Amino acid sequence: MKKTKSMTLNFGPQHPAAHGVLRLILELEGEIVEKADPHIGLLHRGTEKLIENKTYTQALPYFDRLDYVAPMNQEHAFALATEKLLKIEIPIRAKYIRVIFCEIGRILSHILNVTTQALDVGALTPSLWGFEERETLMTFYERASGSRLHANYFRTGGVHKDLPTKLIDDIGKFCETFPKIINDLEDLLTENRIFKQRNVDIGLVSKKEALDHSFTGVMLRGSGIPWDLRKSQPYECYQDLDFKIPVGKNGDCYDRYLCRIEEMRESVKIIKQCIKNLPKGPVKTVDGKISPPNREDLKQSMEALIHHFKLFTEGFRVPAGNVYSAVEAPKGEFGVYLISDGSNRPYRCKIRAPGFSHLQAMDFLIKGHMLADVPAVLGSLDIVFGEVDR
Amino acid sequence: MINQNLNKIEKLINSELSSKISSSEIKFEELLFKTSVSEITEVIKFLKLDNRFKFKQLIDIAAIDYPNEEKRFELVYLLLSIENNARVKISIKFETNEKIPSIVKIFPSANWMEREIFDMYGIKFINHPDLRRILTDYNFKGHPLRKDFPLTGFNEVRYSEKEKKVIYEPVKLEQNYRNFDFSSPWEGTKYLKEVKEAKKNEEN
Repeated sequence: MKKTKSMTLNFGPQHPAAHGVLRLILELEGEIVEKADPHIGLLHRGTEKLIENKTYTQALPYFDRLDYVAPMNQEHAFALATEKLLKIEIPIRAKYIRVIFCEIGRILSHILNVTTQALDVGALTPSLWGFEERETLMTFYERASGSRLHANYFRTGGVHKDLPTKLIDDIGKFCETFPKIINDLEDLLTENRIFKQRNVDIGLVSKKEALDHSFTGVMLRGSGIPWDLRKSQPYECYQDLDFKIPVGKNGDCYDRYLCRIEEMRESVKIIKQCIKNLPKGPVKTVDGKISPPNREDLKQSMEALIHHFKLFTEGFRVPAGNVYSAVEAPKGEFGVYLISDGSNRPYRCKIRAPGFSHLQAMDFLIKGHMLADVPAVLGSLDIVFGEVDR
Repeated sequence: MINQNLNKIEKLINSELSSKISSSEIKFEELLFKTSVSEITEVIKFLKLDNRFKFKQLIDIAAIDYPNEEKRFELVYLLLSIENNARVKISIKFETNEKIPSIVKIFPSANWMEREIFDMYGIKFINHPDLRRILTDYNFKGHPLRKDFPLTGFNEVRYSEKEKKVIYEPVKLEQNYRNFDFSSPWEGTKYLKEVKEAKKNEEN
């Protein structure tokens, strides 16, 4: 018999199935992957360093640029951390608006992931159908914040501006039509023979392994651990809302896909409840030392003008201390470990990106699989390089 | 509710690991323990394996640079216990050249986290299986998140039409990054609120 030598294959960084700028060095024995060594950092922009040099208000937009598929969920973690240090409670209306947009972000992210995962294993149609819905959702982002992606909407102390009433109605209408689109996507994929062959029993993760590799979010729930920060450590108004946490059974790529689909349905449910119970009132804290005065006051009151100027140059000062606050972002636990030294800039802001731990497990997940499974596993990890590289 | 739970955990850990923990505090409803470099692996192993705590998930490791202090670096390990629904932070402080025992054997996910810290701060870990740079460029020099590393860096990269390849050059800036001093004595007045209240009273 002829002796075979293992082969090293370079995958990426310019590869359509790499979901961004991932470079994977694969060691192959025939078609079996023996070792995968992800080289990351091609999108490293030094977010943490930049944040140390900006005021708290200026630091916020950097979070849109991390996981650019669900921008507001990222901002949320930073806003919560700052609010924790400042010890302020935000108005109830702001909480509901935040939850609406967090769930919109979750749907945005899950549509992208589910459809591109299907694309990676050969199904083109889901992404065409799904992206149309994403476009609608991004219009909601635009109507609330002025921008489709880089929203900068969740400010410390609430949200930037109140929602137009028409927008709330339109989001409500979307919630009526969207479940049908989910059903359509499911018709295409869930019982699809090819899709199942490519995903069932691929990338298996047991409960213990999921914990050891710091998996969070769907990666953890797909393996059967019912853990969701929205339920277990509720923030904003999640404790008042009625929703379920879908949990997988086998911990393979297929279960993770099912979890995401089901989570979209739950998100729609949450948005509906929020719209129904949306309270009236202010959308940002009334403390004039933190949230800027409104336009009207600017034209009349000298003091308001001074506050506006000082808040956008010097910014507010945050009492010294260190906090960790996390949110359940679509990809898992997104956390911010914030250290303040009492000045107007964060002393240190460590960003905990879920994708970082998930991608790290690539070697362990893919060992012994075929080369063709690499895109399938990568797809189910839900990697976005903005947050992995930071 | 959360606070009571934390108090319990704090007391229990303090009594179990009294020789290893130097101090503990609860601030902002978060539990922080301080320990030393030599004890860190033992403390983390205990918290992970002990049946009362079950801190089975390593959420993150954060490094912080305090250039003016004698013990320049601080590492904060963030652990999560799903069973107890509790988080704990464990902090160690040490000098510039000290080497830290790696915890990859306890938590495999610490691998990249420690690599990132090595890359960003130049902190070395003992017994780490694969301590390479992770986020910065191949052949990068320096440790970008140290406070004495300039925000603009040292080298910039561009494609050279002449040489037909990507080349590295020292950073040339028309203007330095401007670092304004904001430490003004501005406190403001409560005037704004008073005006609003006066207005309200008038309307009423």
